[in-house]
This record gives sequence, structure tokens and C-alpha cells, in this order.
Amino acid sequence: MEAGRYRKMKKGIEALGLQVLDHVSCVGNGVRMVLSAFVYLPYCIKARKEVLRQLILCGQKSFGVTSTVALFTGMILALQSGLLLKAYGQEMRVGFIVAQTMFREMGPFMTALILAASVGSSMAALIGTMKVSQEISALEVMSIDPVKFLVTPRLMAMMIMCPVLTCYTDLLGILGGGFVAYTQLDVSWSNYFENVRFMLNEKELYVGTFKAWVFAVIIVGISCYQGFVTQNGAVGVGLATKRSVVTNFLVVLVVGYIITRLFYQ
Amino acid sequence: MITFSHVTKSFRNQRVLDDLSFHVEKGETFMIVGPSGTGKSVTLSHIIGLIQPDSGEITVNGMTLNNLKKEELRALRQKVGMLFQGGALLNWMNIFDNVALPLRESTNMPEKEIREKVRSVLDILGLEAAAGKMPSEISGGMMKRAGLARALITEPAIMLYDEPTSGLDPVMSRRIDSLIGEMKLKFAMTSVVVTHDLVSALNVGDKIALLSGGRVLECAPPGEFLESRNPVVRSFIDSQFSIKKEFAKAISER
Repeated sequence: MEAGRYRKMKKGIEALGLQVLDHVSCVGNGVRMVLSAFVYLPYCIKARKEVLRQLILCGQKSFGVTSTVALFTGMILALQSGLLLKAYGQEMRVGFIVAQTMFREMGPFMTALILAASVGSSMAALIGTMKVSQEISALEVMSIDPVKFLVTPRLMAMMIMCPVLTCYTDLLGILGGGFVAYTQLDVSWSNYFENVRFMLNEKELYVGTFKAWVFAVIIVGISCYQGFVTQNGAVGVGLATKRSVVTNFLVVLVVGYIITRLFYQ
Repeated sequence: MITFSHVTKSFRNQRVLDDLSFHVEKGETFMIVGPSGTGKSVTLSHIIGLIQPDSGEITVNGMTLNNLKKEELRALRQKVGMLFQGGALLNWMNIFDNVALPLRESTNMPEKEIREKVRSVLDILGLEAAAGKMPSEISGGMMKRAGLARALITEPAIMLYDEPTSGLDPVMSRRIDSLIGEMKLKFAMTSVVVTHDLVSALNVGDKIALLSGGRVLECAPPGEFLESRNPVVRSFIDSQFSIKKEFAKAISER
């Protein structure tokens, strides 16, 4: 009886250990892939057409959703915080809160989530499909490094597009907030933008851009890695796509907190 | 040119290659036949270094593949071309760009020269009209020919074919067979062809090896292979020809 329980416990611990090792090796391989992609960055000069194609794809796939989300995030922020501030007669400060929240957190975070869901998932699906249809093997046979050929141009495009889209999200969110402040809180445009300008400084801008840049690397790293480890045909491609979206969301959230903690103590 | 010595390979406790040994001479067309799941494609993947053996030794073009450095493997792969089962063309590029890809990515050849070379290979394979089409717009047979064009563009010394006639109608299968023969003559290369199509093997092979249970059961020129007394070989040959005989009999009795 005792021996049976001991064996079960041993098996459970072994399985847990294997799971942990598996996850650690996944993280290690993913980081190694991203580092390789960085080493190959000069290849982007040769592959400029592909980088441009990826830039257009990134923008095209996320522009509509980003615009809607940004506008309404700003409007919701202004409405919620404005109503609270109004209770204290401080509704003219709403621009300050909207700008700070958009630049520091919501801009980079919302943009990263949209890019992870729209662009990241399609990266995982494309590379996963290439893996199961032997296209990745074909690249290897042709002496073409799949990381250099597939990941590096996507990394470059995302590192450019994510900060650009984040700035766009920030600005549109502030505009949305301004619209609510003017129409529902009776705050004038000039007053609103004066508060926004008062809050904006170099630090807010570079921390937001840095966050967007880090999120870009995370999204490309996780999505492409999930594509490369795809197995079991079409079912595997579906699973890889799902895993890439879920993992991206979680990692973006955690890393977002860590960066905020590092810069604002 | 290619030697396998006592190669074994397992995937998750399942032994796929079991003490596999064979030798392919320079300029030879070596056919590997056998039922599904006997390790034919895994053997092919070993030749190009996509998979490493658990034990045994593989020599290709004088280089031992075990523990080859990245640069050495790259140098070896530049001498080897491979036609994948589904063609493995990149679906966001047209046929011309797919065929030009190895030259654009792995050489410093000027674009003008690349264009000329691609046009000449597409011309040889009868694909000049399909150059601007996307992979999704062409038939299975054209896809295989485009894959073959991409593999041939670097003028490899060794050509590997993974099920070149699978999924094709008999007429197109024989067209691919004759292309394999033509390519061998034109480019004087060593070919290894994995197939379960015995007609194809008899048509183009200089030597036929039957794989069963991860090892070679019979390896002989086509004539001798057909006369084999090995019961597994006999059953494989009969399974492919007896159906045709039965049909012929049924039709003649109609």
C-alpha cells in the first residue's frame, strides 16, 4: 500500500519535473531563435522588399481594429475618470489622466494585444503550415536559414510598426477622450489639451516607445517559435495559433508590469 | 557516393531504421521502394542531414554526416537537391521567384544571370507559361515540376526525390519518370528516389532496394529484383501487378 503510494508520488514528481524542463527548454530555444534573428538584422537590407511587405501587412491587418479600440479606450477613460473627478469639481484634469494612462499603459498594451491577435496569430499559422507542408525543410535543404529568411524581416517590420501604431493609438485615444470631455463633461478643448501637454514629457514618450519595442520582440518571438514547433498537420497549426495568442497575451501583461515597475517606482 | 552503414533511428521508442546499410554509386539512379511506414522518407532525410542517426555511419560525397559542423552541412547541401512530396513551394511567391529563391538567397549571382538561368530551367521542364502563376493556381503535376526546377537550379551533384509520382495520374507519373531519366542524362547526377510505385522504380531505376522493417531486404537491378525469391519482395511485387493482371483478365472476359 505504502509502496504503491510512493511509486505514484514518484511518478507525479517525475512528470512535473519533465514539464518544467520542457517549458524551460522551450523558453531557451525561443530566446536563442530571437537572438539569431537579431544577429541576422543586416539581412534586412537585402530583404527590404520583404520587410516592406511585412510592414504593410502589419499596418493593414491591425489599422481598423487599432483605430476603433484606441478611440473608444480614450472615450471610456475620459468618461469614467471624468465622472469621478466631476464629483470633486476637478473634471478639467481629465486630460491629464487620459494622456498619462494612454501613454504609459493603454497605448502600448492595447496595440500589443491587437498585433498579437491579428499579426502574431497569422505568423504562427503561416510558419506552422510551412512546417507541416515541409516548406521549412525545403528551406534548410536549400541552405537558407529559416530564422534569417522568415523571422528577421518580420522582427524588423514589427519593431518599426509597433511603436508607430502605439503612437497612433495614444493620439487617437487622447482625441477620443477630448471628444467626451468636451461633449459630456463641459471641458473646453484648449483646457483639455493644456492638461495633456502638461503631463507629456520625454520620459512618458520614451518609456511608452520602449514598451512597444519590447512587445514587438515578444510577439514575433513567441508567434514564430510556436510556428516552428508545430506538429501533427492542420490540428497542430490550429493549436500553435491558439498557443501563440494566449502566450503573447500573458507575457505582454507580465512584461508590461515589470517595465512600469522599473521606470516608475 | 552515398553509403549507409548499420544506421538505426528511433522516434519515441519506435525503431524506424534498423541496421540499415546500402551503397549508391556515382551517377546511379537508386530506387528505394516499400510499403508506407517502413522508413523510406526518413532515409532520405538522413542523406540531407535533416535527421541525425542514433547509431551507424552515413557518408555522402566523401563527407561523414555524423556530427557535421553547420558550415560543412551547408556546403554539402549546396551539392544536393531535393524534390519534396508536395513540391514544398512557398505559397506567397510565384513559380519564377520560387525557382530563383536558392540562387537569390545562397549565391551572389547577378539578377540578370539568375533570370536567364531560371528561364532556361523552366523551359526544360515545360513551365515557361506558368512562371508568373502562384503555386495555388497550378496543378499537382506542375507543382512537382516546379519543385524539381527549384531543386535543379543549383545544378546539384545528388538529387533526392521523395515520392515524385504520388497523387498524380498515370500519364503524369510516367512524364515525371521520364523527366527523372532526362535530368540524370542532362546533368549527370546521382539520384535517390523514394517511391511505392514499382512501375516507376522499374522504369527509371538502375538499382532497386526494398525497405521493410527499417532495413534493406533486397537490393538489385530491376531485372533481378523482379526475379527475387524473397517472400516479402514477392508479395510487394505481386500486390502491384496482380491487380493489373486481374483487371486484364476481367476485361478480356467481358
